[in-house]
Amino acid sequence: MNLQAVKAIYIYEMTRFFRTLMQSFISPVISTCLYFVVFGAAIGSRIDSVEGISYGAFIVPGLIMLSVMTQATANASFGIYFPKFLGTIYELFSAPVSFFEIVLGYVGAAATKSFFIGIIILITANLFVELPIAHPIAMMAFLVMTCVSFSLLGFIIGIWAQNFEQLQLIPLLVITPLVFLGGSFYSISMLPPVWQTITMFNPVVYLISGFRWAFFDTADVPIVVSLLAITVFTGICLLVIGWIFKTGYRIKS
Amino acid sequence: MIPIVSVKNVSKTYQGGFEALKDVSLDILDGEILALLGPNGAGKTTLISAICGIVETSAGSISVGGHDTVANFREARRLIGLVPQEIALEPFEKVINTVRFSRGLFGKPKDDAYLEKILRQLSLWDKRDARTRELSGGMKRRVLIAKALAHEPRILFLDEPSAGVDVELRKDMWEIVRGLQKDGVTIILTTHYIEEAEAIADRVGVINGGEILLVRDKHELMTQMGQKELRIELQQPLAAIPKSLESYALSLEQGGTLLIYTYDTGAERTGITTLLGDMAKAGIALRDVVTRQSSLEEIFVGLVGETA
Repeated sequence: MNLQAVKAIYIYEMTRFFRTLMQSFISPVISTCLYFVVFGAAIGSRIDSVEGISYGAFIVPGLIMLSVMTQATANASFGIYFPKFLGTIYELFSAPVSFFEIVLGYVGAAATKSFFIGIIILITANLFVELPIAHPIAMMAFLVMTCVSFSLLGFIIGIWAQNFEQLQLIPLLVITPLVFLGGSFYSISMLPPVWQTITMFNPVVYLISGFRWAFFDTADVPIVVSLLAITVFTGICLLVIGWIFKTGYRIKS
Repeated sequence: MIPIVSVKNVSKTYQGGFEALKDVSLDILDGEILALLGPNGAGKTTLISAICGIVETSAGSISVGGHDTVANFREARRLIGLVPQEIALEPFEKVINTVRFSRGLFGKPKDDAYLEKILRQLSLWDKRDARTRELSGGMKRRVLIAKALAHEPRILFLDEPSAGVDVELRKDMWEIVRGLQKDGVTIILTTHYIEEAEAIADRVGVINGGEILLVRDKHELMTQMGQKELRIELQQPLAAIPKSLESYALSLEQGGTLLIYTYDTGAERTGITTLLGDMAKAGIALRDVVTRQSSLEEIFVGLVGETA
């Protein structure tokens, strides 16, 4: 195991993150504040509560998930796509590192960044609403698992993408709609019965529901199902990465 | 002498069927400068990429420092530094950080004193905190060399180090390469500038169409394959080569004032004495006599032309 290399990739990626502090940190915070202003104050003032929770607080887990999922995917996909685009990836492939170590470095860094962003949004949210956390350990565990699994997904997208359009395609066309329709801003029980059934095919529902359970002890789906969902999702990402590693898909000629 | 890099019967067919390397075998000796000479698309970069692990081979095996490049890829790759043909650098990163990254990537612990030494050697120390996009093309190429040397490799691959580089910088580059050789680094460079191979290489390998045509000591190659010309300037122009001199391989140029006699330096008798004797007999007066050895370029063109 070339731990020096993992460390080198991790530090290099984190340096980029801090160099672009404006985009990395401040923009998710600002957009979260906007969500609070629009949904929490403007619209939320007309909504009493959802399942006994004030609407402003209710949307916090969904907002954190929205940012964490998009940021983890974007960071990890960009992290590995950029060297591909610039041609600096030759160095990774000629270095004494295994694919596993490359994944560890890039995914580790992307997961760390999105975790930080999640925590920052949580702190920001605390300034706007009173936020109980019923199960702090479960909350952290869900957050970490979401960061890791979506960073893995991002890494796969970064390997797959052959241009910047493709890099944006999945986050824009798949992840954002799934998160919005996954109960970030509403409870599934508020939907008509048909849509409730359709929504159950959206994997993000389980993640948001589980994460919300960690805060308010109420959930759309049983917590065990949520845990199972995120485990399966992480497992699928790992399998795909394993397959990329084995076949050299889009990385080696 | 045990070779430091040993390429055995390596073939590479890309997806789509292009055969970039055909059964290539090559031994690279410890401490030498080997120039791989060949036209564009000859397979030079594929060969280097195969040794460095960027391209997977279709057949054959490669060992570096006795380590198989597939089975023991870590040990093999630790010995190698690669300077790619294209300038590829992250534009917003500082020079020192990108060099540190390379060192870490190759599993070496932080050693800023060593990096300072390299950067000074490459005249980059003053630019260490500059972002790479602020550097000139030549400076960027030096950064790539610094990155390749950051982990103290024993073997350095330079893929077309002087492509798109002005004469001044090319000479600088040669100085750097010679300096590295003194430090004990084995250097393999690809080039299509014959001048470059002639100037710095110990041995020259000619590659074309995915095959190594020959690998020879540079001087040996030039004397062995080189033809020499005896250029005889005449006082009076000749209309045609006199009958008595027809048996010699002569050509008449520059309006009949220059006689060129081509001969093989390897031959036991060059025929110069008898030629000059016969010319005196024919009453031809000489103004000047010059000999000229054919350059690697002519040898190269001859070789590549034969196989084309």
